[in-house]
Amino acid sequence: MYSNMKVAIIKYNAGNIGSVVNAVRRLGIEPVVTDDAKEIGEADRVIFPGQGEARSTMAYLKEHGLDQVIVNLKQPVLGICIGMQLLCRHSEEYDTDCLGVFDVDVKRFVPKVHEEKVPQMGWNTVEQTRSALFDGFGEREFVYFIHSYYVPLCDHTAAVTDYVQPYSSALHKDNFYATQFHPEKSGSVGERILKNFITKGGVE
Amino acid sequence: MLAKRIIPCLDIKDGQTVKGTNFVNLRQAGDPIELGKLYSEQGADELVYLDITASHEGRKTFTELVKRIAREINIPFTVGGGINELKDVDRLLNAGADKVSINSAALKRPELIDEIAKNFGSQVCVVAIDAKCEDDMVHENGDPNIDGNWVCYINGGRVPTQYRLLDWAKEANERGAGEILFTSMNHDGVKRGFADVALRKLADTLTIPVIASGGAGAKEHFRDTFLNGHSDAALAASVFHFGEIPIPELKRYLADEGVNVRL
Repeated sequence: MYSNMKVAIIKYNAGNIGSVVNAVRRLGIEPVVTDDAKEIGEADRVIFPGQGEARSTMAYLKEHGLDQVIVNLKQPVLGICIGMQLLCRHSEEYDTDCLGVFDVDVKRFVPKVHEEKVPQMGWNTVEQTRSALFDGFGEREFVYFIHSYYVPLCDHTAAVTDYVQPYSSALHKDNFYATQFHPEKSGSVGERILKNFITKGGVE
Repeated sequence: MLAKRIIPCLDIKDGQTVKGTNFVNLRQAGDPIELGKLYSEQGADELVYLDITASHEGRKTFTELVKRIAREINIPFTVGGGINELKDVDRLLNAGADKVSINSAALKRPELIDEIAKNFGSQVCVVAIDAKCEDDMVHENGDPNIDGNWVCYINGGRVPTQYRLLDWAKEANERGAGEILFTSMNHDGVKRGFADVALRKLADTLTIPVIASGGAGAKEHFRDTFLNGHSDAALAASVFHFGEIPIPELKRYLADEGVNVRL
């Protein structure tokens, strides 16, 4: 059983953290929401969630010393949405230097046709999945997205989604996993991803 | 490709769904959580919960309900009804809602949209518009044209305003709304289809998604609003609550008709 695993959710100035807490609880685990370096370091799994804007969230992480805590984590870490973008090298959003775990830069969507509205809001498919996060997946599963900035395809791409152009909807490098979409809002498919992260993260 | 969304809407009074349902398999037919879960399992893409209670006590009950919904439902949900100021938005987002829908309050004080966008992000701000076409100018298929005199109403469709539909929708878009939820009062409850001509004009003009509301009576109406109305999402209540259109059947139909939906 995994219900005795210690899951830490990083507390910072981003929105939507409560949704991730609820989703982890639905898996039968009581997570700890914390910005304490020791508590985060001792967890079996760390989730770095959120919805928000790159510059103010990055500034907050630095102010609270969380930037160094996050990049030095050795246990499986899952970045979600802005959490994923902050794990990259740089974001076009207010020209912000980020944590640099993933060696790739975050860009803003530039729509080619009127129908491609920004932000992308709603359900889209993830394909070409390459990570334990997606164990048990069909070829074309839908997950829920809300975002205006995206991570281009790169060496760390763990899933591909097509909106304006194909881009990275998930990343994986060593113990760091990340999804651009919100597994906590993606129905049973999202629940499976969170469960895969908690039960299988790091054992590939 | 981004999927078109199907959104059931639940009216809530004193913590219970108002319109009856004939889902006999629900333990408690009026329980908004049970119904929401059922819709989610059937493939609804989002849910909207509207608080139609007017009292202060009712507000508290609704906020407690929003907390329960957030704990139990694993798809995005919007809440609306009685949101007048920023602190209402803060309370409902804190309770776990993903988005809030504002209507009369925005028409009375449009700056509320800017304030929500600035404090919480555009993605949480759905601007709902109730409008009625008040002249005889109708499109050849009987659908009032966007160029007709579409007047925005407040207070649940009871009081007309000086605002015209397209002007107000554009202003809301510019102020930072994340989505427009347009209900045609001419079409609502008639079950003869959505206001697709007006919806198409909105969808082709605005830079944010448009949700069609009012008029769903058959599966074809959903197809038409996606393919002809260019709507990004379609909302309905009674056809889902009374089981007239089961969501799985609707989505399979739409997929067969060439609409990209989440199956």
